[in-house]
Formats: sequence, structure tokens, C-alpha cells
Amino acid sequence: MSEQAVEEESGRIPISQRPEWADVRPVPQDDGPNPVVPIAYTDDFSETMDYFRAVYLADERSTRALQLTKEAISLNSGITLHHRRWVAEKLGTHVATQELEFTREIFSQDAKNYHAWSHRQWVLQALGGWEDELAYCDELLEDDIFNNSAWNQAMRDSEVAYAIKAILTKPENESPWRYLRGLYKNDVKSLGNDPRVGSVCLDVLMDKRDYVHALNMVLDLLCHHYQPSNELKNAIDALSPDPTPSDSDLIQRVCSILQLVDPIRANYWEWRKTTVPAQD
Amino acid sequence: MENMSATKTQEEQWMVQNQVFRIYDLVCQLPPHAQSVNFELRRDNHIEYLIKSLKQLGPNFAVLDANRPWLCYWIIHSIALLGDCVDDKLENDVIEFLQRCQDPNGGYGGGPGQMPHLATTYAAINTLITVGGHKSLSSINREKLYDFLLRMKDTSGGFRMHDGGEVDVRACYTAISVAGVLNILDDRLIQNAGDYIVSCQTYEGGIAGEPGSEAHGGYTFCGLAAMVLINEVNRLDLPALTNWVVFRQGVECGFQGRTNKLVDGCYSFWQGGVAAIIQRLRLVVSEQMGLPNTSNFDSRTESDNDSSDSDGDQSSEGASSPANDSCQPIQKGKSNDSPRIGVNNNGYNFIRGPIGMRPIFNSMALQQYILLCSQEEAGFRDKPGKRRDHYHTCYVLSGLSICQYSNIKEADSPPLPRDVMGPYSNLLEPVHPLYNIVLDKFYEAYEFFARS
Repeated sequence: MSEQAVEEESGRIPISQRPEWADVRPVPQDDGPNPVVPIAYTDDFSETMDYFRAVYLADERSTRALQLTKEAISLNSGITLHHRRWVAEKLGTHVATQELEFTREIFSQDAKNYHAWSHRQWVLQALGGWEDELAYCDELLEDDIFNNSAWNQAMRDSEVAYAIKAILTKPENESPWRYLRGLYKNDVKSLGNDPRVGSVCLDVLMDKRDYVHALNMVLDLLCHHYQPSNELKNAIDALSPDPTPSDSDLIQRVCSILQLVDPIRANYWEWRKTTVPAQD
Repeated sequence: MENMSATKTQEEQWMVQNQVFRIYDLVCQLPPHAQSVNFELRRDNHIEYLIKSLKQLGPNFAVLDANRPWLCYWIIHSIALLGDCVDDKLENDVIEFLQRCQDPNGGYGGGPGQMPHLATTYAAINTLITVGGHKSLSSINREKLYDFLLRMKDTSGGFRMHDGGEVDVRACYTAISVAGVLNILDDRLIQNAGDYIVSCQTYEGGIAGEPGSEAHGGYTFCGLAAMVLINEVNRLDLPALTNWVVFRQGVECGFQGRTNKLVDGCYSFWQGGVAAIIQRLRLVVSEQMGLPNTSNFDSRTESDNDSSDSDGDQSSEGASSPANDSCQPIQKGKSNDSPRIGVNNNGYNFIRGPIGMRPIFNSMALQQYILLCSQEEAGFRDKPGKRRDHYHTCYVLSGLSICQYSNIKEADSPPLPRDVMGPYSNLLEPVHPLYNIVLDKFYEAYEFFARS
């Protein structure tokens, strides 16, 4: 992308004057006599698109086509990274490193670029390189522990301890909570069987700060027959607005607390109150 | 990992939060009359902006060159939501322009002579349905379109966006949506699509564009809507999806697209729409949570909807039976007065049934974000500091409609004034939450394509 910026500054060479494109005849657009949403194109744009149409219609997959997509992307003509994937697929594994570098560059400016992450995942799966990926995710998370895209990428190599550590550092960070749940493939029963999970919830609740996600987790555990320790019950009591709990049902109390401290989701917590599965 | 300074995510979040809260504070401090002006929908300004765009766009719209049917849809749909329409000549121009985008072998491209693409096909079809009328609807070559959709079908069960293109959840939705609304959805198109979409639901509960990618509002809408249309929504983990989507609404009152990302007005529809769809799936969700069939969220629904809690309504909430054969012909004796075959009724049945749940998201808060932060003098934007555009105008307005109608008990009920933020004159047309087409136009198309 940065190379294109340099090229623009020094003046773009029209494609028709580039020897490597001499063999291609550009294909113009046909809009008809009464177009709606007509666009007044610049010459640069028109030309790039005319050449792009040519390679597209000829089903050409080559290095120069890849270069052209880069230019087209920088002109923002709506061509996506998926097209780049199409070309890379043809060129094979030797472009793997280049493609990983390419996405890394994008992430240095925009660490959560959705299509770049999809492209990177595709490269790793189709062309290889997963061995070094967790290290890269570590790097990104060191830089920004809230980067949910990096958490998502790291799912391939699960680590409960890593998630717990992240939670304790920033309990208000939603990412590691969902990640933790994900490590247990959303099997809430086995989530509850891991003592570290109950323990981290307790720690956060006892700290009495940023405990919405902890309570969300506790609620799920309780709805799946989790047996809370006395410590956990006490911690929940300590957060209840009503000092003498009239309602002995722990689940109802957790929902009530959430309605107070997480009011944007008041409707949802109200609904959760009414959808408690039968407790044996 | 100890990190005392703010991360990039936190900094950006705080900046946006501050801007948004400043706007809310400012408005709150105004005297009542001045305050209410801020909550008004600038209907005439928006319509003027939209119609002007339809006629001419400048060079910076070159970015949308491969997407002109989208521009048509964003503009025409927005105008319809605002309760207005374009003049006959302009309507005719739209129909003829889209005709030039229609490929002789089926489907619509991004512009005249461009290769057909599922997204632009979706945009073109939705536009033509919104324009309505015989000329518009009969301009669609359904036979060729079916062939095109079948060509885009992938062995994974998903669909390719275009010839040689990527398979993703958006392609699945656009194909299934178009087929459903045109009454050409069948087993060959549906087969294994459910498998593919299920594989895109992530550990977070939301749905990603491709297996392994991050849960994302746009794709979650696409995946959920598609599953409802093919009668397989029960295969998704709906409680997890519900929990994920409600956490996408933040203190700014609007929705974000992904965890720890910034609020954006367009997610008013993508995420708000997801919440609205879930509301109509009460039976399926309850079943997945291990609850008995009769539990009711809201006591007010119990008295007026007693009869509709019986089995007869199962079909109107999307399948709760996993063994549901999606392409059964109409069975005699079933209370089904719709003229279409099996699965092509799902879209219609979905909005005719009663809504068993109160909204799970905060509708008034979202309306506040829309009217105060997203609305400009004319048009709508992502967030304060961003420029308006047609895409956001379309999806913010669609989201506003979703909000306004989120608390009605059944189809055709008008919203109560207390559920509409600002003056009641802010009320928009209702949309079909699966297709994002205004309801009146959906019904017209439903009848039209059922006959043929």
C-alpha cells in the first residue's frame, strides 16, 4: 500500500505506457443512455478499471494481475482482498511469506482489519505457517490486550491460564471472558468443573469493580447446575443492593444486580430471570 | 502483561465515548422545546438528499463503481422507509438501469456489462421489489436467476459471491434471501447451507464471515436470517448468540460490530435486526435453554395470545423440529392459506405470527443514538466525526424502523407513542427483518411471485 502512495506522489505512469501491459487491450464500461447513479470517473480510475476488466475477463492470474489489484485497492474501487486470494491461490506456496507480510503491514495500521484477518487465516490454512502464529498473536495482545481479532486468531492454540491472567489484569475486557468460554467449547458444565474458572469469578467479584462479565459468567454457571461455594454466595450478597436478601434464589439475585449495574441490558437481564432452567 | 497505560482500543473507545456523551449532555441541558427539536427526524432534508443522489454523483463515488445496484437500493429503500417514493420517470430509469445490469445468463452485476455477483443481485432485487409495480417485478428473469444461484452453489453447502469468488455467509444470505422472496427456493439451493452457516458460529456466540473468522454483526445478521429462511435456525446456539448480540450495545447506546470495536450507526440494523429476529424465535430459544413450552416472557401476551401458543403456531416461529423437511408441499388440512410451496413461506409466516418476547435490546437508547449522534442535517453517518453516506443512511434508518416496531405484540399493530423516540411523526414504515424490505412492498412481491 505504501508503495502506491510513493508512486502517486512522483506521478502515476498510465498503464497504457507501461511495457509490461503492452499486450493487453483495455475493456471500457457500457452504461447505456439513461444511467442512474452515474459516476464521474477520473481518468486514472477509468484506466485502471478498464485494464482490470481485461484481466478479469481473460481469467488471468499472474504477478502483474496481483500488482494491478494492489493499485485498484488503493484507488478504492471496491475490489477486495478476496480477489487477491484468488490470484495467490494460483501462484502457490511461495507467496505465503509475502502474503503474511502483506497482512502484517495492514495490521500495523489497522490491527482489526476484518478482511485482512480472513485473508491471513486462509494463507495459513492453504499455504502453511501456523507454527509461528501464536507468537504473533502474543505480540499483538502485548500491544493491545483488547484486540478481539487477535484473541479470535489465538483460538487455535488454547490456553486457559493465558485467559485467566488477561481477565485478572482487565476484568472489564470482554474478550478473554468469551475466549475462556470458548476454550471449553461452550460446554458450561465442564467450564464449571475447572476450579480456576470459579476462582477468577470470585476474585473479580470480591474486588467489587468491573464485575459485569464475571456476573454474566456466574449466571451461566448457575443455570447449568453449578454449586456455588459459600465464599461466592457471600461475594454476591455483598454486591446486592438489598442487604437482607428477601429472595433466597441466587440466580434471581444475580440478575437483579446486573439490572442495576448493567442498565443498557436491563431488558435482557429481565428476560434471563424468566428463562431459568429447572434446577434439580 | 502488566500494562498501566491505555491500549489503542481503550484510547479510541474513550474518545468516541466522550464525543457521544458530550452530545447527550448538551441536549439534556437544553430547555424542553429546543430539546425536542433535536429528536425530530429531518424527513424532508433526508428525502431531498436521497433523490438528488439518485440523479447524479460526483467523482469520489468511483469507489462504488462495482456497486451501483447497492446505491440504488440504499437510496430507494431509505426513501420508502421515510414513507415517500420517487417520480415515475426516475422509477423507470431505475428499472431500466438495473435491466442493463442483469446478465443474460442470470443475476445482476455491479454495473452494465459487469459479471453477475450475488451481492449486487440482492441489491437489485430488493430495489426492484421496493419500486414495485408490474413493470419492475416482471423485469426479473427468475428462471435465469435460479440457474445463476445454482452455479454459485459450492460443495461446502455455502455460495460463492461470483464466478471464482469467495464463499462466505453473506453470499449464503444474499442467495437464500433472493430465492426466498422470489419463490424459487428449493432443496438444491438449500442443501448443506445450514452445515456451512453453523460452522461459522464462533466461540463468542456470534457468526463470522467464514469458519474461523471473528464474530461480526453483519455476518451474524446474514447467518441468522438465512437459517430462519431455510427452517434450520434451531441448529444455531441461540442462547449464546443472544448473549453475544446484547453485549454489542454499549454505553454510547448504539451497537458495535464486534467485541471491543467502536460503535457504528449501521449496526443499528445488523445487530438490532438480529435482536428483532430472536424476539420472534421465543419457542426455539426456550427449547434450547431447556425450558417448558409454556413459559411466557411477558404476562401481557398470555391473555391475548393464548390460542396462538398452541402447536398451530410452531411454523410461524421458524422450525422447532430438527427433522423438518424444508421442501414439503402444502399439506391439506393444515391452516396454511398462503399460496406458496413449503420453505418459500418461511419469510411470510415469520412476520405474520405473534411476537412472544419483549425486546432484548434497549430500543429507546438506540433511537437516541440514531437521532442525536448519527443523524445529520441531511443523511446519516457512522458516528460523530464521520461523514454521512448512503450506506449508513439506509442502515441507520432501517435500524430506526426496527426499534420503533420492536415492542408491538403482533403484525399490523401500530407502535405505541411511548415506544417512538421524539414526536410520533418520526414513525417510519415497518420492514421485514429477514429481507430488509418495507413490509407493504414485501407483501406485494409475495403475492406477485406466488401467482407465477
